[in-house]
Amino acid sequence: MSFEIPQFLPAVPELFLLGMICFILVVDVFLSDAHRLVTYWLSLATIAGTAWLTVAVAQQGSLLTFGGMFVNDAMGNVLKLCTYLTVAVVFIYSRDYLRDRGLFKGEFYVLGLTALLGMMIMISSHNMLVLYLGLELNSLSLYAMVALDRESPVASEAAMKYFVLGAIASGILLYGMSLLYGATGTLDITGLGVHVAANPAASIATLFALGFIVVGLCFKLGAVPFHMWVPDVYEGAPTSVTLFVGTAPEIASFALFMRLLVEGLGGLHVQWQPLLIAISLLSIALGSVVAIAQSNLKRMLAYSTIGHMGFLLLGILSASSAGYQAAMFYTLSYVLMATCAFGLILLLARKGFEAERIEDFKGLNERSPWFAAMMLVVMFSLAGVPPFVGFFAKLYVLRAVIEAGYTWVAVAAVIFSIISAFYYLRIVKLMYFDRAPANARALKAEFDLRLILSGNGLAILALGVLPGPLMALCAKVIAL
Amino acid sequence: MAGHFPILSLLLWLPILGGCLVLLAGRLAPQAVRWLSLFVAVLTFAVSVPLWTQFDPTTAAMQFTEKLPWISTFNVYYALGVDGIAMPLILLTTFVTVLVVIAGWEVIQYKTAQYMAAFLILEGLMNGVFSAMDGMLFYVLWEAMLIPMFLIIGVWGGPRRVYATLKFFLYTFLGSVMMLVAIIYMYLKAGSFDIQGFQALQLGLQPQIFIFIAFLLAFAVKVPMWPVHTWLPDAHVEAPTGGSVILAAIMLKMGGYGFLRFSLPITPDASHALTWLVIGLSLTAVVYIGFTAIVQTDMKKLVAYSSVAHMGFVTLGFFLLFAIFEHTGSLNGAVMGVEGGMVQMISHGFISGALFLCVGVLYDRLHTREIGAYGGVINVMPAFAFFMVLFAMANCGLPGTSGFVGEWMVILSAMRANFWVAFLAAFTLFLGAAYSLWLVKRVIYGDVANDHVREMKDINQREFLVLGLCAIPVVLIGCWPAPLLDVMHATVANLVHQVAQSKLTGAIP
Repeated sequence: MSFEIPQFLPAVPELFLLGMICFILVVDVFLSDAHRLVTYWLSLATIAGTAWLTVAVAQQGSLLTFGGMFVNDAMGNVLKLCTYLTVAVVFIYSRDYLRDRGLFKGEFYVLGLTALLGMMIMISSHNMLVLYLGLELNSLSLYAMVALDRESPVASEAAMKYFVLGAIASGILLYGMSLLYGATGTLDITGLGVHVAANPAASIATLFALGFIVVGLCFKLGAVPFHMWVPDVYEGAPTSVTLFVGTAPEIASFALFMRLLVEGLGGLHVQWQPLLIAISLLSIALGSVVAIAQSNLKRMLAYSTIGHMGFLLLGILSASSAGYQAAMFYTLSYVLMATCAFGLILLLARKGFEAERIEDFKGLNERSPWFAAMMLVVMFSLAGVPPFVGFFAKLYVLRAVIEAGYTWVAVAAVIFSIISAFYYLRIVKLMYFDRAPANARALKAEFDLRLILSGNGLAILALGVLPGPLMALCAKVIAL
Repeated sequence: MAGHFPILSLLLWLPILGGCLVLLAGRLAPQAVRWLSLFVAVLTFAVSVPLWTQFDPTTAAMQFTEKLPWISTFNVYYALGVDGIAMPLILLTTFVTVLVVIAGWEVIQYKTAQYMAAFLILEGLMNGVFSAMDGMLFYVLWEAMLIPMFLIIGVWGGPRRVYATLKFFLYTFLGSVMMLVAIIYMYLKAGSFDIQGFQALQLGLQPQIFIFIAFLLAFAVKVPMWPVHTWLPDAHVEAPTGGSVILAAIMLKMGGYGFLRFSLPITPDASHALTWLVIGLSLTAVVYIGFTAIVQTDMKKLVAYSSVAHMGFVTLGFFLLFAIFEHTGSLNGAVMGVEGGMVQMISHGFISGALFLCVGVLYDRLHTREIGAYGGVINVMPAFAFFMVLFAMANCGLPGTSGFVGEWMVILSAMRANFWVAFLAAFTLFLGAAYSLWLVKRVIYGDVANDHVREMKDINQREFLVLGLCAIPVVLIGCWPAPLLDVMHATVANLVHQVAQSKLTGAIP
C-alpha cells in the first residue's frame, strides 16, 4: 500500500486556523494584561484570514481530500462563513464584558478559536471518525470556556454538568457509530449512504445504531428529552460564554445533522422521521411552556432555544431538500437573533451588574429607545411575527412540513408558538409599558459595540423585509 | 394599467417612512413632531383621494395594480391592487388616521413622537392589508399590524393596559396562525400565493371546510364575532382614544374584508355548508351583545359592545346570500345584502370612531368613563352635546344618517331570505336605540349632575374640527349613499356571482 500525500488545498482554512491558534497561544504568554488587546485583534484577524482563505479555495461542486475523510462543498463553505461571522461578532460583543469581570484573558480567545476549528471540522467532515473528532474538539473547548470564571461556583457547576452530560452524549454517539460500522463495514459518509440505499430494509443493528445516533445528535442540539444541560449552562456560564455556546455551535450542529442523518442515513428517513417528530414537538412544547415560568432572562432564552431547535428539527424531519433548506435558513436566522439577544444583555451589563434578570429590562424604552427597539425586533422575531426574519424561518419550515404531509404537526407547532409569544411579549411589556426604576442608569458602551449590535438588529428586520436572497442561497447550496 | 403612478405603494410606504421620520424628529426637534405627523397624515390622505376620483366603477377587476417579484424561492409577489371593496376601506383608513393625529394633539404628552409614529406606521400597514393581492404579503402586513397596536394599547393605555393588550395580541395571533397554515396549504396546491389564484383553485368539500374554519378563526377574532369577542371590550376600554378609534373604525373591518376577499370566494361550498354557523353567531352578536351593551356602566365598554353588535350585522349581510339564492333564485337580491354589509362597515367606521372620540372628549375632562359620573352635559357643553346626540342617533340607525342605509339594506335582504332571520336582525333597531339613547339621556340630558360636570368646558376648535370631520361623511352617506354604492357595485356583483358558482359542481343556482 503506497502512501499518498493528501491534497491540502481544500483544508487550507482549517490548517491556517490551527497554525494561528498555536501562534496566538504562544504570543499570549508573553503579553501583560495591559496588552491583552493584541490577542483580541490577532484573533479577529485570524478569523478574517480564515474567511478570506475559505472564499479563495471555494470551488464549484464538492472536493474530497484526506482519503475521502474531508469534504469542501458549497453548503460547508456557506455555513463556515456564517460561523466565522458569528464568532467574530461574539468576540466583539464580549470584550467589554470580559474586561469588566477580569476575564479578559487569552484563554477565552484561544478556546474560542479551537472551538471554531472543531466546528469547521464538523462542517467539513465526510467520515464518522473525523466528525467525532471535530465534535469533541468543539465540545471540550466549550466545557473549558463555561468554567472560565474559576471563582464562580455556578459556572463550575454548569461546566461540570455540561461536561458529564456532554461526555455521555458523545459516548452514545460513538456507540451508535461503532454499531453502524459493524453493520455496514464503513465509516465513510458516502459509503454509508450507498450501503443504506442498497439495503432499504435496515437490519436490527442499523436501527439500534440509528437510535443511538439520533439521541447523540439531539443531545448536542439540546432537544427534549436531552435538554437538561441547556438551561443550567446558559444560566451558569458568564454571559459572553453563553453567547458563544448558544450561537455558533448551532450552525455546526445543523451540519452534523446534514452529514450524518441526511447524507449518511438519508435512506432510512422513514425510520428516523417518527423519532424526530416526537422530539421536535416535545421540544417546541417544553420550550414554549417552561420558558413562561422563568425570571432569569438567560434561562428563559435557554428554553426558547430548546423550542427553536424543535422548529429546526421540523425542517429536517420533512426529509426533502425544501425541508433541509428550511432548516438551514432557520439555523442561520436563529443564530442571528440569538446573537442579538445575548448581545443586548451584554450591552446592559456593567461592572458588578449582570442584567440577566428579566426585570433589568424594565423601562428600557425611556433609557435607550434605540436599543429597546432592537430588543423589540429580536423578541417579535423570535416569536415569529412578521416582518422579521424569524417569521420567514417558521414559514419556510412549516411549508416543508405541510408539503411532507404532516399538516397536523404544523398545526401543533403553531399552537405552541402562540404560547411562546407570551413570554417574548413579556419582555416587550417590561421595556415599553413599565417605568424604569429610579436607580437605572443610562447605557454606557463602546461605539463599535453599539454599531455592530445595531447592524445585527437591523439585519433581522432587513432579512425579514427581503428574505429572498438568503432563501435563494440556502436553496442553492442544498440542492439534492 | 402598466406604467402608472404607484399610488398604492406610496400609500403603504409614505406613512411608514413618515413614521420613522417622526421618530427621528422626536429626538432632534420634539416641537415639530405633531405638525410633522399631521403633515404626513394629511399628505397620505391627499394621495389616497385619486383612488376614488380615478376609480373605474364599471369593472370588477383590480385597479391601480403593481406587481414585483418579492421572494422568488416562494413565488411571492409584491402585488398590490384595489377593487370596489378595498378602495373605500383605504380611504376610510387614511381619513381616520388624520382624525386620530389631531385627536391626540394635546392629550398625549408622554412619548408623543412614538405615539404618532406608531399610528402612522399602522396606517401604512393597514393600507397594505387592504391592497395586497398576494396572500403572503397580506399575511405579513396583517400580522405586522399587531405590533404597533400592541404598543399603542400597552404604552398609552389605561390601568389594566397590560392585560388588555396581551389579550388582544394573543387572541388575534391565535386566529392568524391558523390562517397561515391554510394559506401555506393553498400555496402548495396553487403554486403561488396569488389571491386570485386561490380563488380559482378547485378544492374538494373537506379541504374547503378546513380552510374555511381556519379563515373563520382569523376573521371572527378580528371582526369580532361572538364568542371570541371578549378581547374587544378590554382592548377598547384600556386603549387611548386614538387606539380605540383605529380599532373600531378600521381593524374590525379587516375581519369583514377578509370574509369577502378570502372565505367566500375561495371556499364557496364550505361557506354554503357552514352558513348556518356564521348566521347563528351573527344573530347572537346582534341580539345578545345588544342586550349586553344596554347594561354597561362604562361608556367605552358600551360603545365597544355596540361595535360587536353592529359588526354582527355586517357578517350577517355577507352570509345571507346563500339563503337568498335558495329562496328567490336570484343573484341580485344577494348583492344588496353584501352591499348593505359593506355600507355598514364604512358607516360604522365613522360612527364608532366618532363615538369613541366623544367619549375621549369627556374623559379628557373628568378622567372617568363611568356613565354615572356625568349628567346634564348639554348645559355646559352645548356644541359637544350636538355632536354626541348626532352620532348616537346615527348609531341607532336614524334615517338620514349613514347608520340607517346599511341596516336597512341588510334587513331588507334578510326579509328575502328568511322571515325569522329578519325578525331577529330587526332587534338591532330597538336595541341600538335603547343603548344609544339611554346613554345620551344619562350623560347629555337632565340636570347638571355634580360640580365636576359644571366646571367642564365646551369643546375647543381642535375637538370641534375632529367631530365635525366625522359628522360630514355620516350625514353625507346617510342622505346620498349612491356614490359609495356605485364604486362597489360591479365588484360586489362579480363577487356574488363567483360565490354562487359551486367549486364542486360548477352549478349556478
